[in-house]
Amino acid sequence: MTTYIVRRLFATLPVMAVVALFVFFLLRFAPGDPAAIIAGEDATAEAIAAVRAKLGLDRPMVEQFVVWTMQLVRGDMGVSIFSNLPVTRLISQRLEPTVALTLSTLFVAVAMAIPIGVLAAWKARKLVDRLVMGFAVLGFAMPVFVLAYILIYFFAVQWQLLPVQGYQPIKEGLWPFVQSLILPSLALGITYMALIARTTRASMLEVLAQDYMRTANSKGLATNRVLLLHALKNAAVPIVTVIGIGIALLISGVVITETVFNIPGLGRLTVDAVLKRDYPVVQGLILVFAGAKVLVNLIIDISYAFLDPRIRY
Amino acid sequence: MFNRVFAGALALALPFAAVQAPAQAQEKVLKAVMHADVRVIDPIWTTQTIANIHGALIYDTLFGNDADQKPQPQMVGKYEVSPDKLTYTFTLRDGLKFHDGSPVTTKDVIASLKRWGAKDGVGQRLMGFVTKMEPVDDKTFTMVLKAPYGMVLESLGKTSSSIAAIMREKDALTDPQQQVKEAVGSGPYMFAKDQWVPGSKAVYLKNKDYQPRTEPPSSFAGAKVPGVDRIELVWISDPQTAMSALINGEIDFYEAPTNDFLPLLEKARGVKLMKTGKIDSTQGFIRLNHLQPPFDNVKARQAMYYLINQEDFLRAIVGNPKYYKVCPALLTCGGPYESAGGREWMKEYNPKKALQLLKEAGYKGEPITVLSATDHATITPATQVLIQAMREAGINVDAQSMDWGSVVSRRAKKDPPAQGGWNIFVTTSGGVGSANPVLHTWIGAACDKGLFGWPCDAKIEELRNAFGMAQSEEERKKIANELQARAMEQVVYIPFGQWDTPLAYRADRIDGIVPNTGLAVLWGITKK
Repeated sequence: MTTYIVRRLFATLPVMAVVALFVFFLLRFAPGDPAAIIAGEDATAEAIAAVRAKLGLDRPMVEQFVVWTMQLVRGDMGVSIFSNLPVTRLISQRLEPTVALTLSTLFVAVAMAIPIGVLAAWKARKLVDRLVMGFAVLGFAMPVFVLAYILIYFFAVQWQLLPVQGYQPIKEGLWPFVQSLILPSLALGITYMALIARTTRASMLEVLAQDYMRTANSKGLATNRVLLLHALKNAAVPIVTVIGIGIALLISGVVITETVFNIPGLGRLTVDAVLKRDYPVVQGLILVFAGAKVLVNLIIDISYAFLDPRIRY
Repeated sequence: MFNRVFAGALALALPFAAVQAPAQAQEKVLKAVMHADVRVIDPIWTTQTIANIHGALIYDTLFGNDADQKPQPQMVGKYEVSPDKLTYTFTLRDGLKFHDGSPVTTKDVIASLKRWGAKDGVGQRLMGFVTKMEPVDDKTFTMVLKAPYGMVLESLGKTSSSIAAIMREKDALTDPQQQVKEAVGSGPYMFAKDQWVPGSKAVYLKNKDYQPRTEPPSSFAGAKVPGVDRIELVWISDPQTAMSALINGEIDFYEAPTNDFLPLLEKARGVKLMKTGKIDSTQGFIRLNHLQPPFDNVKARQAMYYLINQEDFLRAIVGNPKYYKVCPALLTCGGPYESAGGREWMKEYNPKKALQLLKEAGYKGEPITVLSATDHATITPATQVLIQAMREAGINVDAQSMDWGSVVSRRAKKDPPAQGGWNIFVTTSGGVGSANPVLHTWIGAACDKGLFGWPCDAKIEELRNAFGMAQSEEERKKIANELQARAMEQVVYIPFGQWDTPLAYRADRIDGIVPNTGLAVLWGITKK
């Protein structure tokens, strides 16, 4: 197992190198010019050219790439073109809100989806099953921002139970922290809840139809024991895979949620940086996202070995 | 009933759900959402309005324009102008200190003015008249001109594009094409750089050592008395969330609510709207590329006037006539130099005549490239109205849809449209800046050295210079009229009206809102 993990970790290096190469050149080929945005509305073409030259954006693309790569090798992601602050500082400022939102969303989604998915499979083709599946279709169909505005309208504006927007770091206290995450996690979590619930149901149905499940039932085991210990464990691999895919999807999902709920996370940082053509920040973020995705995949692959003894690395 | 029952149930379920007071409960904190986030800390390096708002909080200026756009001394205690109007002697008032405790001296002032004069358009014009600036002592310096330029004080106190911010000499010696590393000024608030989260929040702390003037405040003039301990410029990019946050009392001040939400804000309890100042905040206009056919021909440019019904644009952008004004002029209607010159060009809306005139100018149905921004609250609908009007007239429109960042980049290209250039883009300008022929850079026609579209007309530039040299208000008004007539004839741009985006604030929580002239004035706001 250790050899496998080390081998996988080394394999991430070429992946990251290819990502770095693509993101650098794609950004440079995309329309837009940070110098024009910095110079502002009343700047002449001459003024824009002067800013561009000072930022080094007029140098050959390959030269810019070499400079950036050398910085990366030294562990330096560069500085934001706009704020002049190190990209690592900008990312670290935004990491906590995004991680908190992702984990709370996963918690909400998994904690609700698995029980209702199991329930739907157990009561297949009955009213409960149809209700769960109806909820799943609705969850898929409802755009995150629509649900977000509905939640804001009722829970924040009308009833004033929760804040409309913003994020409170955990150091400000557990309740303010939780309070700031309730609505965003619900809004974002519904889609994933639907995805995980459907997968859980499908996987459970397959397992419940196996001979060993009939044996377990014939032995007179309690339903809870049959469902949770025998069926769910055997149905876990596809569910874990979907949760892993969910984490990857959350990276794009948080962009909208962070915008609507004004959470200063990595998603908003990415959108702002792309719109402003803040190249070093976008490059740094994409690398971080790619790294996170590789890591999540690795963790999921390792978890298979624990869930299914037949899988060995 | 259902609402009450459900709300009651939720209140039970979430017993601690009342929105908690912030950690700095004892401090008086103003939470304001501006039109953009503070990403750049140097108001000279960029002309972005938000950088100027940031700059106006932390830096002081020698003069400040009052609500009537008249320059009044701010850092300057007294000043004299020689009888030939060529030598200005300025003496700084007592008690001026930078946030690091060092005194403000004439060395700092001269270095700051030189940097501003090298970068800012109005500053460059002023420095074109300055032969030397010399310190007499630590508090007094002279500015010697080669000709009696009449806009010296207005330029030093202006709020449009870059303000003439006074920095420490060591910061002011930074190349104007590079951003200063530290934002240390002598203004009423200090920038808390360690608490700055670009794209989310910029924090300003009260400068307890600030010595305000004794005159009553009037826009950028008079006493700048810090009204709260801490100002947080919170960036909420989603307008609906910002509106909800204001209604919910999570923020106190919202600088630029979207026009769509004004009816809701008008009805919201505790929220008030205020017109931004005596002059409308925004002028919208269409810029034609004078370098590329067909608009290299003045007749083709004039033909475009017949496609403009300002009401169509203003209804699409603003909706409520209470907040907009039809104004077929280049100098802001309602401003001190509002003029009738050249307005006859926009008397008639006649698409057929537009096409006929275009054909007479040699247009044969070639595609006309319009840069169409897709993500701008006002420019996007205005561009759509223009494109529709052009198509209805029978003009072949090549609408290039892109985000505003791409428009800003592409409009700087002088190439033919087929090779990445353009024919038309739509933009806006601040109403205060557009009210003055010298401060209003878009009215200029300095050819290659001018703004995108590159109008080229010696007479216009001559008139702008003459305006700057004029010594009486009467003379200025006469020149402004003549300038507007000439600029309309040459079609430096086509205005489609002006509007005001009112400020929205919690009247039950804050006080001391000053109608601004060009930039939001935040320092005088107090918390109830």
